[in-house]
Amino acid sequence: MSAPTLNSFRTGPDETGHFGLFGGRFVAETLMPLILELEAAYEAAKVDPGFASDMASYLAHYVGRPSPLYFAERLTEHCGGAKIYLKRDELNHTGAHKVNNVLGQILLARRMGKTRIIAETGAGQHGVATATLCARFGLQCIVYMGAVDVERQKPNVFRMKMLGAEVVPVQSGSKTLKDAMNEALRDWVTNVENTFYCIGTVAGPHPYPAMVRDFQCVIGREAREQMLEREGRLPNSLIAAIGGGSNAIGLFHPFLDDPGIEIYGVEAAGHGLSSGLHAASLTGGRPGVLHGNRTYLLMNDDGQITDAHSISAGLDYPGIGPEHSWLHDVGRVNYISATDEEALNAFQMMSRLEGIIPALEPAHAIAKAVEIAAKKPKDHLMIVNLCGRGDKDIFTVAEHLGGME
Amino acid sequence: MTEATTTRIDRRFAAVRAQNRAALVTFVMAGDPDPETSLAIVKALPAAGADVIEIGMPFTDPMADGPSIQAAGLRALGAGMSLRKTIALVKAFRETDADTPIILMGYYNPIYIYGVDRFLLDARAAGVDGLIVVDLPPEEDEELCVPALTAGLNFIRLATPTTDEKRLPKVLTNTSGFVYYVAVTGITGSAIGDYAKIGDAVARIKGHTHLPVAVGFGVKNADSAETIARSADGVVVGTALVDALKGSLDASGKATAGTVEAVAAKVREVASGVRRVAKAAA
Repeated sequence: MSAPTLNSFRTGPDETGHFGLFGGRFVAETLMPLILELEAAYEAAKVDPGFASDMASYLAHYVGRPSPLYFAERLTEHCGGAKIYLKRDELNHTGAHKVNNVLGQILLARRMGKTRIIAETGAGQHGVATATLCARFGLQCIVYMGAVDVERQKPNVFRMKMLGAEVVPVQSGSKTLKDAMNEALRDWVTNVENTFYCIGTVAGPHPYPAMVRDFQCVIGREAREQMLEREGRLPNSLIAAIGGGSNAIGLFHPFLDDPGIEIYGVEAAGHGLSSGLHAASLTGGRPGVLHGNRTYLLMNDDGQITDAHSISAGLDYPGIGPEHSWLHDVGRVNYISATDEEALNAFQMMSRLEGIIPALEPAHAIAKAVEIAAKKPKDHLMIVNLCGRGDKDIFTVAEHLGGME
Repeated sequence: MTEATTTRIDRRFAAVRAQNRAALVTFVMAGDPDPETSLAIVKALPAAGADVIEIGMPFTDPMADGPSIQAAGLRALGAGMSLRKTIALVKAFRETDADTPIILMGYYNPIYIYGVDRFLLDARAAGVDGLIVVDLPPEEDEELCVPALTAGLNFIRLATPTTDEKRLPKVLTNTSGFVYYVAVTGITGSAIGDYAKIGDAVARIKGHTHLPVAVGFGVKNADSAETIARSADGVVVGTALVDALKGSLDASGKATAGTVEAVAAKVREVASGVRRVAKAAA
């Protein structure tokens, strides 16, 4: 299609897995037949009513959906502007939005007869969700996690082990999420027969970005219904944190074709964009090819990938999902960023004002939501995706704040 | 095939076949452990028995490589290697050797950032003959493969045990020079499980193409090279050379007086295995 104006922002990707320039299937030949097999299996599952009813049943009774859309009254009063609603995906079983996607992929893996599940994880939330569903369905589970992240997300490492998963600390490169993904891909290339790679975000080769998005869109579909029920109209703005971008696309996608709605994605600015120590791929990177797709990446002039920096292990990735890169280039979504310090402040503010300890990842979204809400009129309806709870982060935060008295 | 369309790679495989033996294809990482030593190593390869040279373009995130080649890439990058310097290395080699084919092997991002058109122009001018880009399957041929073929470079594709009969024609369509059969599902440096299956796989590929088939992954010494030479037109050795290089470095990872010779000795050893096999006349 070469129409100069877009009728819809929701039709991607094309059949070769591209969102405009972005996406694609940049993988070794060994993996290509596996990716084609996965694509065929997913296409078949999508039109199978049995798959949809299994998903709906487990989402309701195991995950605990729908998650509430909660009016954050004190946060709203504090900002003095827009009416702020929180989409409470931190209340899901396992404590984050990650489980929505993992459930879909594990049910798919079962349909495909795969018995060994591998995953990469940053903050550990995707690893915990994968370990949980593998335990539930009696599947072998191996989670690759950067050695740095193993250290800073100890509670989640322990949870994964309790659930019977093998956690492999990755010592290569920067020892964070990107290296965990490299190692998971190396595992997959080696164990092609019985292994299903459960990717945790809307990145990787086609069909992963589209498939993970589809599984996460339950967030936006629910939020849409809930807001109509509560307020009788659609929200005026949406805001979510972005590492790879799965919670964000899950909230945004069902609203992309509602032109009046302002949409904000918040990247991690680490020590500040000018410091060079950040994880803001869209703001500070450029298009390149890594981990199976073309997308905005942090790199040097030789095309070597540079290390991302964020206090949040879940956002500490030098890339972003290809659909976000496309939404950035076509201008439908506004991508902004929050620093470590801003996220820490928001973390405390949310804890004290609402009695909700957020994960450091959505704390980035909260930091910007507070700023934007203050400038909006009181009838402006805003939804912030509270995609994870902060139990896993209390040690990191305590370290930065010098302990809690 | 007319003279105008043959490349150094075509000519070298034909010449080796005329000697009734398999070709030895050697892989080293550009800039490992430093640019100067690396050039000396590449220059020493033909005399040690290398028929074709693959030069790795270092990349921070080599998702199909094992620990040895990952570390080689990081040593090179740490010593200031870049794609520009890799092309310069080939140019310097060409000043002393006009015949040995050179293939650049690596990942797409550095080439994409360098700029595909400029890269092809500069690589060809420097004397590069072919490319192997691990993360560009046939589905992405418009990115680099088709422009490379147009520019007169060979594009060598990997075929793997997962490349079935149905997929082989797609993989072979835009392949030229030779076919690189990766004998295992796994990363570089993995051991070959069953040598007996290699012959079958090579025969299967040859049912679809007239190109020579080189086999790699798992060649450690003269004996494993000999075994593969029995069934393939070419034997690829990489990790064993990188390991020999690493073994010659000092405690701080720097080159020593023995580094070039350590790699050359390993090449001679593997070459002796390849040359034990007398192949039927073509």
